[in-house]
Amino acid sequence: MSEEMKMYKVSSNPHVRSKVSTNGIMMMVVLALMPATGFGIYNFGIRALFHVLITVGSAVLTEFVFGLIRKKQTISDLSAVVTGLLLALNLPVSAPLWIGAMGSVFAILVVKMLFGGLGQNFMNPALAARCFLLISFPALMTDFTCDAYTGATPLAALKAGGVVNVTDMIIGKTAGTIGETSMIAIVFGACVLIMAGIIDLKIPGSYIVSFAIFVLVFGGRGFDLQYMSAQLSGGGLMLGAFFMATDYVTRPITGKGQIVFGIFLGIMTGIFRIFGPSAEGVSYAIILGNIVTPLIEKFTMPVPFGGKVGAKNGK
Amino acid sequence: MARASFIGGVHPYDGKDLSKDKPIKTVLPKGDMVYPLSQHIGAPATAIVAKGDRVLVGQKIAEATGFVSAPIYATVSGTVKNIEPRRVVTGDSVMSIVVENDELYEEVELKPLKPLEQMTKEDIVNAVKEAGIVGMGGAGFPTFIKLSPKEPEKIDYVIANCAECEPYLTSDYRRMMEEPEKVVGGLKIVLKLFDNALGILAIEDNKPDCIKILRDLTKDEPRIVVKSLKTKYPQGAERTLIYATTGRQINSKMLPADAGCVVNNVDTICAIYRAVMEGRPLMERVVTVTGDAIVSPQNFKIRIGMNYAQLVEEAGGFKTQPEKIVCGGPMMGFSMFGLDVPSTKTSTALLCLTHDEVSASEPGPCINCGRCVEVCPGRIVPSKVASAAEHFDEECFLSLNGMECCECGCCSFVCPAKRPLTQEIKSMRKIQLAKKKK
Repeated sequence: MSEEMKMYKVSSNPHVRSKVSTNGIMMMVVLALMPATGFGIYNFGIRALFHVLITVGSAVLTEFVFGLIRKKQTISDLSAVVTGLLLALNLPVSAPLWIGAMGSVFAILVVKMLFGGLGQNFMNPALAARCFLLISFPALMTDFTCDAYTGATPLAALKAGGVVNVTDMIIGKTAGTIGETSMIAIVFGACVLIMAGIIDLKIPGSYIVSFAIFVLVFGGRGFDLQYMSAQLSGGGLMLGAFFMATDYVTRPITGKGQIVFGIFLGIMTGIFRIFGPSAEGVSYAIILGNIVTPLIEKFTMPVPFGGKVGAKNGK
Repeated sequence: MARASFIGGVHPYDGKDLSKDKPIKTVLPKGDMVYPLSQHIGAPATAIVAKGDRVLVGQKIAEATGFVSAPIYATVSGTVKNIEPRRVVTGDSVMSIVVENDELYEEVELKPLKPLEQMTKEDIVNAVKEAGIVGMGGAGFPTFIKLSPKEPEKIDYVIANCAECEPYLTSDYRRMMEEPEKVVGGLKIVLKLFDNALGILAIEDNKPDCIKILRDLTKDEPRIVVKSLKTKYPQGAERTLIYATTGRQINSKMLPADAGCVVNNVDTICAIYRAVMEGRPLMERVVTVTGDAIVSPQNFKIRIGMNYAQLVEEAGGFKTQPEKIVCGGPMMGFSMFGLDVPSTKTSTALLCLTHDEVSASEPGPCINCGRCVEVCPGRIVPSKVASAAEHFDEECFLSLNGMECCECGCCSFVCPAKRPLTQEIKSMRKIQLAKKKK
């Protein structure tokens, strides 16, 4: 038999692949964060842009240097850009510029790369870095005074018994971190992600609804529309629900698990905001959710098609 | 009524436009014919001819060995050149009968069968068994076994699998367009075996013309309905098809008969028709030769045992050198090293692609996106099952229901990190199945 056969490429089935790729997804997330970023720069001034550039730059640089040492370059998956951008959006504009760089190094090096890189981290790197900064530099990280605004964030004002302007909160013309203030910009970006099929409403929906119910029951204000709207649009709830709780790596993979995860986040955020000393709570709630994710997954494994193996129908 | 469907699945580029309007063209083989003794699930057949024997078209050249097996017939006249190992589509070497084709196509005299009205159920099953018919959709399971379940009165549905959900394939479509009466006739023969069963022609709704033709043809048949299915891969996989048409679910350990169903592919049903009505053994099938590397994509009626290289020539050859050649569809087919292999009873298509998307995409780390979970028709978590398989953690693989995978390929198809999930799960399943056999 002739061995001069032309050799074609062989592989196991399937022989076609969809067009969706990891860096394509990351790119879409970056694009979807642009409205919130843009509004942040408009709202807080050019210093916000510096924060974004420094944080993103140092995130990518950290991964690049780590890649040099490990002799395996991974920055092209763009996940470091997403992490850096999310961290920048979670910084107060008046914070010193080095703080973002420090957070990025922590996020990429400690939370992500040391655990094995993309896909192996058990906490959202940007949020873990924010919590790290909040604990290490509480004064710098909670000072929201800047040129545009003086005084407290709307949620802090609300907690202190003050009155807030809900319209301003929905548009985003309030004090807060760079990217969390504008509900409109965040939800617009989230719609883009939902339409692109990158996220769905399972986590944000169950998170926001369960949080709203918690506030209704335990908020002590009864059915107060203004209070409720302020709670929903303030304190990074929208940014957290649509962009950070939905982080693929650190949320449960099963559909049922995602709903349980969302409800868990809603309740934890409610507890932190209403019973805790701080007016915020989204970051800590999501980090805690990340930690219980393996447990949630374990109890929400889908039943395979045709039922449990061995338990035959009718036999 | 809501469109019949299942949970999960994907929508790959379907490529059917390349060949769907090309009528079936009969091609006669040139050169040597190769008949692998194993072209079905079960024991390989036993050769009953020897080197130097003259054989005729329709002459049995290999006998079924044991119960799960099928005989093989010569599809040309000529001389047996040798019985030797030959490479087949899967890449394995299989003992094969090689026949030098004299291109005279002298036929043996077909022994006349009784007319259908006088045939008993056993006669029909025997005719199917003798004709060497196996599942022609790709699996190759001997059909007579499917037709003789333990309790035939408990079969409620006989499903003709006309879904043709694999991209690019149009052979079943052409069969239904050109010989719809044989499809219906074949189904009626199968229904004779099951007194309480309803016949279902299950067709994806991307073939509205087929649905119309078959509906017109069966409007006076009380025991046959045509069901339109949502166009989605893998609609035609046995388990998803049963679910979509009847709402019944079976797991990997069960047979369709456990859910009161018998499922056969269109081409198999046509083969049953010819075997029972004309006494013709399984010698022909329809093959789609297609892909962007082929000059003129076509549907051919071929004689089983023909060389694939000739089919490429018949379709005008290559316009560009293909990078990958697949026997079957792009989702479940086998890629081949070369064209010098024979067609078999289970050859549905030859797909020649100028660009191999698999080797072009470097696998990256899993980002836990959950797309594989969403598309898996077996409702398992492919990313975790594949990772268990990769680390050879058998216990974990089994506890995550890895054996429930139907190897449809949806998870690998959607994976944004381009991980070969199906491949990993498939390898581990093979090991587990082999262990069980011991």
